[in-house]
Amino acid sequence: MSANRPPPPISTMLMRGLFEENPIFRLALSLCPAVAVTTSVKNGLMLGCAVLVVQVLSSMSGSLVKHVINPKIRIPVFTLIIAIWVSAMDMILAAYFADIYQQVGLYVKLIVAFAIIISRMELFSMKHSVVPSFWDGLGMGLGFLVGLVLAGAFRELLGNGSIFGIAVLPFKPLLLVVLPAGGFFTIGLIMALFNWVDVKRGHKLPSGGGGAHG
Amino acid sequence: MADAKVVSPHEILVDGALPADATAIRLVRSADADIPLAVVSVKPAAQANSFVLTTAETLNKQDHYQLTAKGVDQAWEIAPSPLTMVISVIIGSALINNFVFTRYLGLCVFFGVSRNKDTAIGMGVTFTIVGLLSGMIAWALNTIALEPLKLEFMQIIAFIGIVACLVQATDLILKKVNPILHKKFGIYLVLITTNCIILAVPLLNATNGATFLQAFGLALGAGLGFAIALFLMSCAIEKVNMAPVPAIFRGLPIAFIIAGLFALSFLGFSGLKVA
Repeated sequence: MSANRPPPPISTMLMRGLFEENPIFRLALSLCPAVAVTTSVKNGLMLGCAVLVVQVLSSMSGSLVKHVINPKIRIPVFTLIIAIWVSAMDMILAAYFADIYQQVGLYVKLIVAFAIIISRMELFSMKHSVVPSFWDGLGMGLGFLVGLVLAGAFRELLGNGSIFGIAVLPFKPLLLVVLPAGGFFTIGLIMALFNWVDVKRGHKLPSGGGGAHG
Repeated sequence: MADAKVVSPHEILVDGALPADATAIRLVRSADADIPLAVVSVKPAAQANSFVLTTAETLNKQDHYQLTAKGVDQAWEIAPSPLTMVISVIIGSALINNFVFTRYLGLCVFFGVSRNKDTAIGMGVTFTIVGLLSGMIAWALNTIALEPLKLEFMQIIAFIGIVACLVQATDLILKKVNPILHKKFGIYLVLITTNCIILAVPLLNATNGATFLQAFGLALGAGLGFAIALFLMSCAIEKVNMAPVPAIFRGLPIAFIIAGLFALSFLGFSGLKVA
């Protein structure tokens, strides 16, 4: 195995996940929960936190064991590591947040199939030591969390006229956005917004407007 | 156990002796056995030794009912025919609760391979077959091993293991047995591992305590639904690629908007009922 590379500065690692490589709107990875659970801020926040914790723990454990595992079987080993942390997370959430878990339970279990987590292990943890892996995982997890909360706030405000279950508008401006179809519209619009901000900042658009990875 | 079946929305045909008094008969839905359904009348049917029950409430042919009567030492179980049940589960999971458009699963692969019709069809076919296989193996493992041994907490790890092994095995076997087919479909096999539908099917089956036929229906319906969604989307995307889309919407944003429109139209299936 190659030796650890010098890590980039912490601020770069943190900010990368939040904007330039935002897992949802930029990399277009792990889209299912972004559309599915963002009918309210609460749901988005809970799943976001779950992903954040799993991402950080998996990145760190991946970095810890990278010298021990044969590179040929690294993908199954990574999957196994993620599955262990997801199982733990699943049980914790089911025990302590039973009411929200009822709505998002299936998606918590499916964190194991999120491409973003394994891709950070493969791209970052394999080459860096534990502490930078922690910061990278934290940045990516936060980017995911912010994306989910943003989409959740947008949909809850427009669809239900409330934030965090507290009514802020006396009416429901656009019921459509909390319907199943609304999730797709919301994510599409926020993606376009990210592109628009990029154009304003003088960047060129990434080819394919965010690209579509598997 | 004697035979009884739902023949029309308000009638049940029962084989065997029944008291003529309608109040002596107790009919319940198996799902909530505490609430008796009102029986309006009991009449002898055209055939010998069988009766027709008329109920006030509308009966559903896909539901399970239990029937007992005072003074009769017999119980009737009313279950839908297996074929009806499988078909209703397949239609339910393919159209009414389409995995892509109403459960939002498998989106990464969905947006990745819906660029043209050929890849959409290839992925749809491969996914349906592998999804069905893995769904059934996972169901068997869960029913035979995990549940009796109280190892339910291992479900996530076990199911992802099955999917990974199955994809790898199919890849190897196909490469040896039919290299031409492998050349055509091999690339989609690799992508299947990142598709969350393939993991969601066994998890849903395990949560709902599905029977063999229900598990089969869900696995097949999920694959068909995914294939339908992929094909529809690829047709739309091929048209949009030739349209003047605003620069910031090009690529994924417009694909999401189209998917949203499809999801809206799939809402129409929610009124569909399988008789």
